[in-house]
Amino acid sequence: MSERLDNQSPELFGQTPWQTVGPFFHYGLPWKGGADLVSASELGARAELFPAEHYLLHVAQARGPVKGRVIELHGRVLDAKGQPVPDAMIEIWQANAAGRFVRDEGDSFLGFGRSSTSREGEYRFRTIFPGRVQEQAPHIAVSVFGRGLIKRLVTRVYFAGEASNEGDAILALVPEARRGTLIAAKDDHGYRFDVELAGDRETVFFDL
Amino acid sequence: MARTMTRTTTTADEAPPHAPEDAGQPPSLFPPYRSTVDRSPRQPLIEIPQTLTERTGPAENLMGPARADLTTQHAGVPIGQRIVVSGRVLDEQRRPVASTVMEIWQANAAGRYIHVADQWNAPIDPNFTGAGLVVTDAEGRYQYTTIRPGAYPWGNHENAWRPAHIHLSLLGPAFATRLVTQMYFPDDPLIEIDPIAGAVPEPYRQRMVARFDIATTRASFALGYLFDVVLRGHAATPFEDRHE
Ligand SMILES: [Fe+2]
Repeated sequence: MSERLDNQSPELFGQTPWQTVGPFFHYGLPWKGGADLVSASELGARAELFPAEHYLLHVAQARGPVKGRVIELHGRVLDAKGQPVPDAMIEIWQANAAGRFVRDEGDSFLGFGRSSTSREGEYRFRTIFPGRVQEQAPHIAVSVFGRGLIKRLVTRVYFAGEASNEGDAILALVPEARRGTLIAAKDDHGYRFDVELAGDRETVFFDL
Repeated sequence: MARTMTRTTTTADEAPPHAPEDAGQPPSLFPPYRSTVDRSPRQPLIEIPQTLTERTGPAENLMGPARADLTTQHAGVPIGQRIVVSGRVLDEQRRPVASTVMEIWQANAAGRYIHVADQWNAPIDPNFTGAGLVVTDAEGRYQYTTIRPGAYPWGNHENAWRPAHIHLSLLGPAFATRLVTQMYFPDDPLIEIDPIAGAVPEPYRQRMVARFDIATTRASFALGYLFDVVLRGHAATPFEDRHE
């Protein structure tokens, strides 16, 4: 009997390959409150997509005080034809108001969040405006997942009106004509950042 | 490695960057998987150095307590073949990734998801949700009990069927180490004609195929499978891009 290669074959050892989250992740990943980094709410989940008795995910609890300016970060995920993507999921990772990635003394903020997109392709986070990390302009790291995305796409949110954007080393690597796709626009609620997976105004995606 | 920082990933000002993707990673655009066509970028990705942002991640579990037995989440016993899946989460240097969260979701034994968007004519199992969560121990080990999922049809092409699979999501120590994958089962003839598994070139596709293991199998209880997950490790030349 010949040995077939599989997960345990020593000669194949290496990175486990990416695969899509598919369209059915809602009862497995985006928990109630996952998109609210400031207070306790149900932001982020889409519990209407499966029976209530099958909601086994975490429900975020109240936390201690959070330092910084509270903002909403929201927008839509759009495909190559400009159609909303209703089965995508966005994750963010960002520094606290002091530019740090840990819970600080007197600041219970921790900058990880997860939001599914709505039927209209919209996601929404409640978070705080991030402090500067080292010499970088304020920014939020973003992962995009979804049906049709075999592996995540990585991008960054920067903020309109920030003078420090000019000197940011990562933004400087992006051709000027496309830099705008990374700048969230200010609106009544906070900042709006659309993710265009492909098309005329395709968002800049990064290779880390 | 020589630097002895506290071991938490989030104070990792000195943490080296993570290795790039290896040859086994699939492309974003793979036309045989039809929905990639309108959902993948056409512009090349822009390569950036990993800053502190990409080298850190949440050093605590935000997803709640472990749910390692998917067969005891409801009043009754779910229908199907009970299985135990066990393995380790490692980095590319074969070091264990401790205390990391692995989220699990899957279809039931008939290949049906507990989701309104799944409308094919296979039965729902009221005793099975198919959502779990494990946290690795100090050696990177995890184990969970579930039901072997069924294959299911999908609309990608004429008579398209997904091979039986379990969806897995891991954060790892940093933003750069994030991974979502699917675990497949040995001797499933659907794997080689599946456009999602097929997006991964051979032989690397076989990294996603679990191994049946009689030592993991529990007498009179459940069949056992082994499945290790390997996250991106550290780059060979750690400090090359430190220009601050
Ligand atoms: Fe699936």
